[in-house]
Order: sequence, then structure tokens, then C-alpha cells
Amino acid sequence: MNIHEYQAKEIFRKYGIPIPPGEVASTPEEAEAIARKYGSTVVVKAQVHAGGRGKAGGVKLAKTPAEAKSVASQILKLTIKGLPVQKVLVTPAADIASEAYVGIIVDRASKRAVFMASAAGGIDIEEVAAKTPEKLLKHPVDPRYGLQLYEAMQLAFFLYSDMKQVRAAAKILQQLYRAFSENGGSLAEINPLVTTPAGEIVALDAKMVIDDNELDRRPEIAALRDESAEDASEVEARKASLTFIKLDGNVGCVVNGAGLAMATMDLVKYYGGEPANFLDIGGSSNPEKVVAALRIITSDKNVKAILFNIFGGITRTDDVANGIVTAIKQNPLKVPLVIRLTGTNEEIAVRILTENGLSAMTDMDEAVKKAVALATGGKAA
Amino acid sequence: MSIFIDKGTRLLVQGITGRDGSFHTKQMIEYGTDVVAGVTPGKGGQKFEGKVPIFNTVAEAVSETGANTTVIYVPPPFAADAMMEAAAAGIPFIVCITEGVPVLDMTRVYPFVKEKGSRLLGPNCPGLISPGESKVGIIPGRICMPGPVGLVSRSGTLTYEVVYQMTRAKIGQTTCVGIGGDPINGTNFIDCLGAFEKDANTTAVVMIGEIGGTDEQEAARFVREMMTKPVVGFIAGQTAPPGRRMGHAGAIISGSAGTAAEKMQAFEENGVGVAKRPIDVVDLLKRAMR
Repeated sequence: MNIHEYQAKEIFRKYGIPIPPGEVASTPEEAEAIARKYGSTVVVKAQVHAGGRGKAGGVKLAKTPAEAKSVASQILKLTIKGLPVQKVLVTPAADIASEAYVGIIVDRASKRAVFMASAAGGIDIEEVAAKTPEKLLKHPVDPRYGLQLYEAMQLAFFLYSDMKQVRAAAKILQQLYRAFSENGGSLAEINPLVTTPAGEIVALDAKMVIDDNELDRRPEIAALRDESAEDASEVEARKASLTFIKLDGNVGCVVNGAGLAMATMDLVKYYGGEPANFLDIGGSSNPEKVVAALRIITSDKNVKAILFNIFGGITRTDDVANGIVTAIKQNPLKVPLVIRLTGTNEEIAVRILTENGLSAMTDMDEAVKKAVALATGGKAA
Repeated sequence: MSIFIDKGTRLLVQGITGRDGSFHTKQMIEYGTDVVAGVTPGKGGQKFEGKVPIFNTVAEAVSETGANTTVIYVPPPFAADAMMEAAAAGIPFIVCITEGVPVLDMTRVYPFVKEKGSRLLGPNCPGLISPGESKVGIIPGRICMPGPVGLVSRSGTLTYEVVYQMTRAKIGQTTCVGIGGDPINGTNFIDCLGAFEKDANTTAVVMIGEIGGTDEQEAARFVREMMTKPVVGFIAGQTAPPGRRMGHAGAIISGSAGTAAEKMQAFEENGVGVAKRPIDVVDLLKRAMR
């Protein structure tokens, strides 16, 4: 789960990481009032779950409260990577002497949380890693002990030479690790971590991603979710326990299991079509899930044919068949439907479908070919 | 023969009285798996289906029944503890089916299990099956048949699809292993490929991967350097949209985004037959085993 910069900053602040003051506004007037309170030049920053905010015009300086109002009004009209900006963070502009990057992420290869630090902060860290890997220090953390002081110092010495700054940075790194591990993070990042002309070290930006699997046991973190900042169909899918990602094609896909869902999309493409989505109905398939899946897919006007590909293991294919029948009774389909199902309770599923004037196929390739033909207006295979 | 499980597997089921645990325990017993014990804290002394003794702790179950393999169906908040309890009790092979285990839990579980000398399969995996011998997990038994091909996969239902198509073409399997798709898992492709290479009855191997990470690329190099048996592979996610990864840092650590194209190229460069569609696995196998 993504959280906003201002939410990540609130978490980091609780751990004693130095964060400049800031307040959130949802209207230009609120932004103006906050800027007036600070009485200095402010930065107005879009709060949206997308990278590259600066390049998209979502981060702007404002010298006066009036200017803060006008840039906030521009930013609040923006849509960045398909997501409309609903809130801005208003924060006093800081004087910057230098910028560093620090981040922590769970690494598949070392099977640990790994720290990354670079003195080349403020810019795209992926570029640093690709072009000048010697400027990026990586350090895996033993989860039993956490980030020890000597480890934090090693990382800090890579970034600073002034002893006061090294100590301050080491403390920030240790606290960042605690914030990450105690809140179920899969990523925590400060970019940039700036040094002011007075030599103070401050976290100017904050980013945190929470492992979805942590949310059940961390209700206070789960409450940070901002549904208005997410794609509406993806929110609906999540509420129905479906995994859904919208794409640009015209063959709607409903599949059980992520691997089979991806393979189905690949096969749609292989036979000359374009998938309209990734949709995984998961393991146990109660009929309501199928109803929700069809509602989400049919709300996409690009969809010209719908393909079900169900391999029943835990999933009972008769549950899926019942869901399809219920959904169509509630809301008759305007596009053709191709159903492939095989596995657990297949005979019952086929009977349910046949009794309701539908038919099912058993071969995956044949079903995909047919759906593609229907979507592209060609003759059914 | 087979890898990891066979007729000598004496299985313990952790979470045997839960909804998933009880359903799949019945299926495993029906398939012929030797289920010797169950664990559900607080239900020690009872019997599952009037036959399988239930214990409060894994240690007790092991000392009473000599279980040598365990399968875990407990809910996600307790799964990490269940894996550690099994390793601490000295069970050499631990299979965790549970989906939704927090990844930070796995950063603690993985080294713990390793230190105790156990092998962990999963979490978030369908388990494994050695057709005709034993089944541990949730892979449907009737889609498999005994034969000479080993299969290892990161996926669940896609595995079933490929196995089903193999069985329809009368190509049987020694063992089908689902390693799971979580970022941190106990057993990887290379572990399984190495075991299949050593297994006398396996003559060819199928490897089914997905986008993300670099496991498939490393496995492909392992095939070239360490294996004599033919390997064919499929990668799911050729059309998956990029950018669904964790912020900036994800790609840095793995060195790349782990695209399907990249993985298929690694297969090709290292002599792993590349299936464009799941069904192509069948033809590639037929050619490889000729």
C-alpha cells in the first residue's frame, strides 16, 4: 500500500527524524492560509501515489501567500500518471547546501532488508545505480539485531565527513530502520536528505510503501489508505478481494491465479488480441467475487469480449458458473462471453451453464482464439 | 524415484482442524499420502477423522509419530511462528501453503530455518506432488501421472495448466514442485533443478517462471553450467505492464526490472528451450526426450 509523503513524514517525525514543518491543503485557499502562517517562501507539493511529481509540474515554489494560492490551484487541477491530485503539502522552503539519498527495501536476493545510501541525492536514484554504481552503498541488515550503530556509522561516513553530521545521519538511519520495520514497510526512502547551509541534516521528502500483508495486524497503518487517490476500479476490486490492473486492450479477462492470469493475457496477445486487464479472482471463489469481477470489467467501455479462464483446484468451477449466471441475470451482457473451465466440479459447472443457455470450453488455446476473434470482429473460431 | 517427497514421507499437518487444513488433509489421505499427525494448539488428544492423532505442539507430534515432513495451513499472522516451530522440532522438510505472510516475518524465518538445517518450501505455494507416491499441499492429484519429467514452478494454477497439458499428452512426472511467488521463499529454482539433476528417474525438467526478480536468469545459468538433463521453460507476464513495483529502489537491488523478455533471452542463451505458449512445453519436451 502506498501512503502519501505527508503521512510518511508524520511516521518519521514520531521516530525523531528531523522533518521540516508542513501542513496539508485540499483547496487553494487553505494553501494560502498555511503559507501566510509560515510567513516565508514555501514549497507546494502534490500528494499523489506517483513518482516524477516534479517533472509533471506537481512541485512548485511560492514566494508569497497569493502565489501559494495560485500554484496550489494549478497543482490541484493536475492528473499525474492517471491519478488526480486531491491534496497538496505546503512546507517552508529550505536552503540546501547538499543532498543525499537514503532508502531501505526488502531485497529478494539477500532475503533481507537492505539499506542504500548515496551522496548523489535529489535526483533519480535508479540512474545513479545504473550509471555510477560506485556512488551507491548497499548494506543488508540482520533482522535479529536491527541496524547497529557501527553499521549506521559506516553508511553515514559514506555520505559525510563532518563528525557532527556523521553522528546526526547515523541516528537518522537507525531511526529510519525502526520506522520501516515497526510499521511493516516494504520500502522507506528519504530523497533528498539535505544538509542546510548551517550544517543541519533534514529529511526534505519521505516515501514509504507498506507491505499489504501487514495491514491486518496494523489497523492504524491500514487507516492511512487514501482511496480517493487510487484508481476507482482497483479500489472496487480490492474490496471484493480481487486483484485487478486495468490495461488498454479490448479482451476482458477473468482468471484464477496470478500466473495463469498473466499467461492468459500473453496468449490473448499471441493470437493477435490485446488484454483489457489483469484480473485474478484468487483461490476460493464465492459467486459474489465473480459478480464483482464482471461488474468491474463491463464498466470498461473498451471491452469487446470477455474471457473466463478457470482451472479449478481450490477454486470450484461450479461456484464460478453460479457467479456468471447470477451476474448476467442482474445485468445482461452487451458483449460476447467465452468461458473456459476445467477442474474441480467441472461437470456441475457445465450443467449450470448449459441450463442457462451458456456453453463452456475445456481447451485454453481454443477459448483464447475465440475471444480474440469476437473482440476484433472477426468470425468466431 | 522423485525429489523431496516419496512413499517414505511421514506427514504432519499444522493447522489440521482449520477450514483449508482439514479439506486438504482429506484430499492428501485420499491420494495415498501417509498423514501421521496433526497439530492444533488446544486440540491435543483428539483425532482427525477418527484416525490421525492431533497434538498441541510440533515437538510432541514429532517425538510421538516420527513425522519427517510438515505442511502448514495456519493463517498468515501465525505462519512465521509455525515454520519456526517446525524447524526447531527438527523436521527436515517444511512446506508452507499459507498466502499473505508478511515479508519482514520471512526475513527472520529464512535464516532461522537455515540454521536449524531444515528445507523450507514456500510460503504462498501449492506444495508438491510425486505422482503415485505422495502429495503434500494442494496440487490436484488427478491432473498428474507418474513419469520421467520433473517440474518446478513459481505459480499455482499455471502449474496445473501445464501439468494437465503434459498428462493429456501422456507425459508423466517424477515430482511437480510449486516454489511460490513471494519475494522471500525457502526453496528456489536452483535447489529444485539440482535435485532433479541428481534424481535417477528424472530425464527432463520443466521450469515455469514469472516476471520480477532474477531467479530465472540465475537458474538458466545453473542449467548450462551444472546440468546434463534437458530443461524447457515458460515465463508468464510477457504482456504485463511495467511500473507495478515498489518505488524506485526495487529495480536497483535486482539490477533490472526482471521482464519476461529478459528472462526468455536468458533461457535461450543458456540452452533452456523456450515455450511461447504453455502448450508448447509439450512439444519441446517431446523433442528433448527423443
